[in-house]
Amino acid sequence: MNLTTLRAALPLAVRKINPRLMIHSPVMFTVLIGSIVCTAVSVQQLLLGSSNAVFSIVVTLWLWLTVLFGNLAEAIAEGRGKAQADSLRSARSQVMARRRNAVLVPAGQSAGTPERYEEEMVAGTELAVGDIVIVVAGELIPSDGDVIEGLASVDESAITGESAPVIRESGGDRSSVTGGTMVLSDRIVVRITAASGKTFLDRMIALVEGATRQKTPNEIALNVLLASLTIVFVVGIMTLAPMAAFANALPSPVVLVALVVCLIPTTIGALVPAIGIAGMDRLIQRNVLATSGRAVETAGDVTTLLLDKTGTITYGNRRAVAFIAANGVSEAELIEAARLSSLADETPEGRSIVELAQEGANGPSGPGGLSATEALRADVEIVEFSAVTRMSGLNLPVGHPANPGITVREVRKGAGSAVERYASERGGVLPADVRQAVEGISGTGGTPLLVASYEGKRAQILGVIHLADVVKPGMKERFAELRAMGIKTIMITGDNKITAAAIAAEAGVDDFVAEATPEDKLAVIKAEQESGRLVAMTGDGTNDAPALAAADVGVAMNSGTSAAKEAANMVDLDSDPTKLIDIVGIGKQLLITRGSLTTFSVANDVAKYFAIVPALFAATFPGLGLLNIMGLSSPQNAILSAVIFNALIIVVLVPLALRGVKYRAVSAASALSRNLLVYGLGGMIAPFIGIKAIDLVLSLLPTIG
Amino acid sequence: MELNAFALATQVVVLIVALGALHQPLGAYLAKTFTSHKHLAFERVLYKLSGVEPRADQHWKVYLRSLLAFSVVSIVVLFAFQLLQGVLPFNQGNGTVDPWVAMNTAVSFVTNTNWQTYAPETTLGFGVQMLGLAVQNFLSAAVGLAVVVALIRGLVRAETSNLGNFWVDVTRGALRVLLPISIIGAVVLIITGVIQNWGGTDIHTLVTGAQQTVPGGPVASQEVIKLLGTNGGGYFNANSAHPFENPNAISNLFEVFLILLIPFSLPAMYGRMVGDKRQGYTLLSVMAAFWIISTALMGWALAAFAGTGTSVGEGIEQRFGANGTALFATATTLTSTGAVNAAHDSLPPLGGGLALVNMMLGEIAPGGVGSGLYGLMVLSVVAVFIGGLMVGRTPEMLGKKVGAGQMKLVAVYILVTPTLVLLGTAITVSIPALAAAAPAEGQHGFSEILYAFTSAANNNGSAFGGITSSGPGLATMLALAMFIGRFLPIALVLALAGSFAKQRKIPNTAGTLATHGPLFAVLLGGIVLILTALTYFPALTLGPAAEGLLK
Repeated sequence: MNLTTLRAALPLAVRKINPRLMIHSPVMFTVLIGSIVCTAVSVQQLLLGSSNAVFSIVVTLWLWLTVLFGNLAEAIAEGRGKAQADSLRSARSQVMARRRNAVLVPAGQSAGTPERYEEEMVAGTELAVGDIVIVVAGELIPSDGDVIEGLASVDESAITGESAPVIRESGGDRSSVTGGTMVLSDRIVVRITAASGKTFLDRMIALVEGATRQKTPNEIALNVLLASLTIVFVVGIMTLAPMAAFANALPSPVVLVALVVCLIPTTIGALVPAIGIAGMDRLIQRNVLATSGRAVETAGDVTTLLLDKTGTITYGNRRAVAFIAANGVSEAELIEAARLSSLADETPEGRSIVELAQEGANGPSGPGGLSATEALRADVEIVEFSAVTRMSGLNLPVGHPANPGITVREVRKGAGSAVERYASERGGVLPADVRQAVEGISGTGGTPLLVASYEGKRAQILGVIHLADVVKPGMKERFAELRAMGIKTIMITGDNKITAAAIAAEAGVDDFVAEATPEDKLAVIKAEQESGRLVAMTGDGTNDAPALAAADVGVAMNSGTSAAKEAANMVDLDSDPTKLIDIVGIGKQLLITRGSLTTFSVANDVAKYFAIVPALFAATFPGLGLLNIMGLSSPQNAILSAVIFNALIIVVLVPLALRGVKYRAVSAASALSRNLLVYGLGGMIAPFIGIKAIDLVLSLLPTIG
Repeated sequence: MELNAFALATQVVVLIVALGALHQPLGAYLAKTFTSHKHLAFERVLYKLSGVEPRADQHWKVYLRSLLAFSVVSIVVLFAFQLLQGVLPFNQGNGTVDPWVAMNTAVSFVTNTNWQTYAPETTLGFGVQMLGLAVQNFLSAAVGLAVVVALIRGLVRAETSNLGNFWVDVTRGALRVLLPISIIGAVVLIITGVIQNWGGTDIHTLVTGAQQTVPGGPVASQEVIKLLGTNGGGYFNANSAHPFENPNAISNLFEVFLILLIPFSLPAMYGRMVGDKRQGYTLLSVMAAFWIISTALMGWALAAFAGTGTSVGEGIEQRFGANGTALFATATTLTSTGAVNAAHDSLPPLGGGLALVNMMLGEIAPGGVGSGLYGLMVLSVVAVFIGGLMVGRTPEMLGKKVGAGQMKLVAVYILVTPTLVLLGTAITVSIPALAAAAPAEGQHGFSEILYAFTSAANNNGSAFGGITSSGPGLATMLALAMFIGRFLPIALVLALAGSFAKQRKIPNTAGTLATHGPLFAVLLGGIVLILTALTYFPALTLGPAAEGLLK
């Protein structure tokens, strides 16, 4: 927060001083009423020339400032969203669409003839769900839809902020396109799935602007508590008037209002909306869109995370992790052959073998040091992988730098049985130690690939490449954190049980479902929910949609299908499934911020009592001066100090409300003890210091009143 | 009057040892009583005669309706009993009770308040005392037990709105819990010297020729349930300061023990019923901490006042001394008992203020029979709510979500008592005719009025006795405060129980806020102080603080 944002938010904050808007916050509405009452009293005192008029006016001024500061917090939070919304809105600029209309087939022609179409230019806003539009390179896609014909690269930076274009094609899981994004190449035919005003972009704008913000369940519950506290104190102080009159010590209405305003939980009451907006904002800053604030809050409550193995826990592709040479074969020899056999292999597995080989011992001096272009000379025959042979590799002609022999050298890598057959057909055998290695790798869930070389006489099996699913770094630690927070992780994978168990153990997830189908996901969600748990999951495919809809928090990948996005209550624009863990954190932080500031606000009351109550009655009952433990300079200064502290603390806490209370992934017990200490005890002590400091300043000023 | 701190500490330790030894066995017995499916033979006869179906599991609304119907009928019966006293037997010559007094008394005894706006010796005979008031002493306490049991069931049960059977719970509470302990307690009281006879009031002519009136009656049997059921309505006007009700230091200590016995055992019942004894221990430790601190402060207030040398000991029973008074006054105001062994009106201002604060805490340390625990449990819901948010989860109380629906009920619950107390006091001080009922000078008169409404709305029943509440105005307002202060919170508690029962149970994880352990106890203690006592801070400054803080 800086001065610029403050200045920008100020007009909005002033506009928000409107009873019809403020009635939604019972606490701040009470302050507004109090300010109006005090204004009336001040005017009356001024007209009557009362000696208290100056004091009343100053108090009244600070009460109005309290109202303003309360609105300011909300205005700043909304202002942040406005800026984002404006940039999004520019992408929604008036787009013309090329609508494809089917032409009625004239009577007499057979029904089997292909339909004919004509094109018509219409405004993007006139498109209806189900319309078919054609978009060619250089055009903006007019509305959300699914690609039904063609393939194109699309610039989605307007939404995701990611400048690299993405491919969108008909069929499959990459068919959804978003209105406002631009086709860079080729031509696609799109069926519109969202009416104007209801597109993804529209929803996103509404969301960041906070226009559709509804109170979340916890926010409503908190507001109920705050309303109750407000009523208690209003009753307490309103009944104090006759009691004080009974003792002939009736204070002025201004003082009573000041006491009410100081005691009701204005701090949290003023900051609640800002905390909610800021929570949503933090999510948006991480490129996650939630359909409602409720979803964000639910994320904090999640007790079970359903994580897809591929892409979330592991990199998603099996990677080479080790070379195991056969007895009598040097490791360098194996690595060289493995590399050669994979040089032309463009699959991720193949590339990972080459990468691992190059990391290995053989430097550029060895034969393995051949550059890819050197090794893949034009006369080299590339043997592609096929489902029949289940092997790939190279045939190196005589004279190739990697072929010292006098016949064609064949290098192959492939599945165990396939390579074994290849070798035995060429007089080779599978050495026992290699067989053992193969079994060992399979047993841990890895994939063994055999490497063989044949130089005309006898094929030789050189060793094994160990392919494994690699767990992303840091996952184990994150799962441990989640466990400490009481969140159970379940890994979902299509792998067999052995592989799944190995990965699960390595990543440290609590449970896994192997050979899972999309139906299994749904079943797991239902079972977890049956036992009272809240489940979060990510998904991108159309077949994930039922599970996404059933999950309490469903996060769809932006790269996924529109069915998945429709079913989910959040969309991750970066399509990063790991982010689910961050989303849980943001949800928790939102609640923690609310709880901590509530505690702070309520704890503040203790000091305020000790400031104001003695000041109220010390004139009538000098003994009550003993309660003035802060030693405040005068009754009027005491009351004013409390009111000023009460107003300023809102402004002081705005940055905290927007940033969120520091959140750590720890157990409930340690989170509570820390927050209780900082915001409970701190909230008790801070106002004693603050009020005393303000009083010191005030006592230096010429006496008020 | 000097305070013997050692004597006070010794008595507190004796109580801690005795209650410490008994609270688990009694808690276990209570839990068994309210969870057993078996009906005793005489209970079955009772159900058959009254047409109750004991196996019916009642929806919370039916449970509440039964409770309200039972209580309203009780009030009407007790009211009629007093009006008709003159024509009924066993009246010891006492006639029809003044209708305002009768109304106030009927409400007072049915709400477990036992505010006494009459002098029993000259108003009521054996008949009304034993068959009217004592019956309500049992039943109103049993109602309190039933409510807390229903609330606990709400937390334990899942996916139902039924909370058990009110008639069965009340019957068991009265017959299986209160009656047997009362019989043992009465015998002990008789042994300590409390009278139990059918003698009525004797008039003796002394040697000097003066005539002395010596009242008699079945005191011990009334006395025991007065304390055990946290009722507080004395057989005599002087209550437990009367030598026939409370003859010596031993009986005094035993009476305090009776006051505290059931309220301090209920957390053990709670822990067992929810299947986690730690839950009970945590609430017990909060209750015990408030009790010990408050007793010590009361001792200090009496001792400090003794040092000022003003009107030493007026209104304080010399037999018990400062420590016996501090112990009794604290226990009676921290529970909803309201029996007194000294005139609270005569406590030093800060001591009287402390008695007020004890009640203003909501009588939760340990509180009335049933009402203390359910009061503390409702405040636990607030602690769970704020604490739950602070750990980043939608708050849960023993696996039940605390959402807007629950908070609404809790929010109204928190509002009821302060509103009744403050509004009642404000109205009374605003109407000179009503304020005149408290004739004490200066702020003490105000304290008397504040005390009356605090006592009534919290269903305590003790009084700053200088106030006269028998006139129609105060009798009605206090009766209203007692009635609303008892039954509105009960209705809210049962609704809360219903809303908890309906929910599915959420399993506990490391991310769940633990509702046991010192951390939660501190949070709960803080919430109790800030949410209840602080609300009254301004009013207290005008009363006891203005009287007691002198420069």
